[in-house]
Amino acid sequence: MKEQSFKYEAIVIGTSAGGLMALKTILSALPAHFSMPLLIVQHLAPRSEGFLAHYLNNTSAIHVKEASPYDMILAGNAFIAPPNYHMLVENDRTISLTVSQKENYARPSINVLFDSAARVYKEKLIGLILTGANNDGSQGIVQIKAAGGLTIAQDPQTAEAAIMPQMAINTNCVDKVLKLNEIANLLIALDDNPTQ
Amino acid sequence: MTNSKEYHRLLDLQELEVDLFLHALNSQFGYDFREYNKAHIIRRLVFRTKALGLNSITELQHKLLHEKGFIETILRDLSISVTEMFRDPSFYIRIRKEVLPILKTYPYIKIWHAGCATGEEVYSFAIMLQEEKLLDRTQIYATDFNPIVLETARKGIYPIARIKDYTSNYQAAGGTRSFSDYYIAKYDSVILDQRLRTNIVFAEHNLVTDSVFTEAHLIVCRNVLIYFNKSLQAKVVALFKNSLIKGGYLGLGSKESLMFTGLADQFVVIDEKEKIFKLKLQ
Ligand SMILES: C[S@@+](CC[C@H](N)C(=O)[O-])C[C@H]1O[C@@H](n2cnc3c(N)ncnc32)[C@H](O)[C@@H]1O
Repeated sequence: MKEQSFKYEAIVIGTSAGGLMALKTILSALPAHFSMPLLIVQHLAPRSEGFLAHYLNNTSAIHVKEASPYDMILAGNAFIAPPNYHMLVENDRTISLTVSQKENYARPSINVLFDSAARVYKEKLIGLILTGANNDGSQGIVQIKAAGGLTIAQDPQTAEAAIMPQMAINTNCVDKVLKLNEIANLLIALDDNPTQ
Repeated sequence: MTNSKEYHRLLDLQELEVDLFLHALNSQFGYDFREYNKAHIIRRLVFRTKALGLNSITELQHKLLHEKGFIETILRDLSISVTEMFRDPSFYIRIRKEVLPILKTYPYIKIWHAGCATGEEVYSFAIMLQEEKLLDRTQIYATDFNPIVLETARKGIYPIARIKDYTSNYQAAGGTRSFSDYYIAKYDSVILDQRLRTNIVFAEHNLVTDSVFTEAHLIVCRNVLIYFNKSLQAKVVALFKNSLIKGGYLGLGSKESLMFTGLADQFVVIDEKEKIFKLKLQ
């Protein structure tokens, strides 16, 4: 296979049970100059407002915030979907939120984010499924792959909850299965050498 | 990569098909979604296309234009009516504390709920106004552009399965009585106390295409602007400004703001977090 000659523009991440520590491991490994924006869905109890973003912001060099409508998806930022809202990407690379019905019993839903991001970023998107105890995100991984993006799942054997990454892998649309520290290293390498 | 190139073409085509669909929807039925956030619209139309076993949004458009009554399905798909009683209880606490004491000083009060969906928010306000002894001199206008949700709203009958959540919301919202005082249970439904409805008028009103509605003391429009792009949001907030008395209040949803409307300087922030604003007296 030929080496890809483009830079990835954004990273989307989905996780549920065990996601807090997994996200912390990856985000805290990223350097302050890390340039790809990250969009993150973590299933949460509905009333844990703002906590996740604050916690991750305090433990990371990059800027982590809870997403608001019309936020511009700019380098150096990670956006967390607020509890009880779906997060989507618009064509002008801004964020929109909705309170539409749950999908896969979840709001925010990983599929909703992944599908809309795949539509906008096409092959310039990296999709990441981490630890979790349901199958949300699998359909989104299929979409990202179909659009030519890079798909990664956390190695289920190293995940606090294996189901979510395993279900993603079962779609046969996952390019790489890696441990958390390997994922962080890969993202940093891709960010440092954007044309490789 | 050839496969994904074909897929990209499909995605680009869908963008075009959605634009054409929204044009048809507007010119044939008068519902204008062209300035709604597109990502969500596309998701809903793609979902409906697949659910019906159709091959493209163009086929869905054919159905919209030629099949009688199909507009109702589309309207339901595109207008998200997910709601609950005393949604975001802290919003109600702040309204009770900051806004109602001022409204009390008026002999007659008008409140407009724009985008009221199936009515849960409206009845929540009626309960709160009743407890503050204001309901008798308040006229509530509750509007939505979707006639089907208004039907449900008028009835005030809701699934009993949700009462547990509503009861805890009611308590968290500062309710002073027992929530069960306000409904009777029947089979798997609850029927809200019909007296709550006496001063409520439910009516069709489209925020995008209809004009100023009333001279209101308080406008509540929650989780509606969130579906609009910036320019539409600005237009609708201007409509609200023109429908408020000077010194009137505006309550938005917890993720909504006046930040991108160009009108923030016309309002005083009453509660930043709960998105409660007051139109300046000038
Ligand atoms: C998510 S519900 C909000 C219900 C309630 N306000 C709440 O916060 O729980 C959004 C409502 O806005 C209505 N809506 C959307 N666009 C509208 C428009 N252009 N004019 C009037 N209502 C609209 C929809 O029909 C839907 O019932």
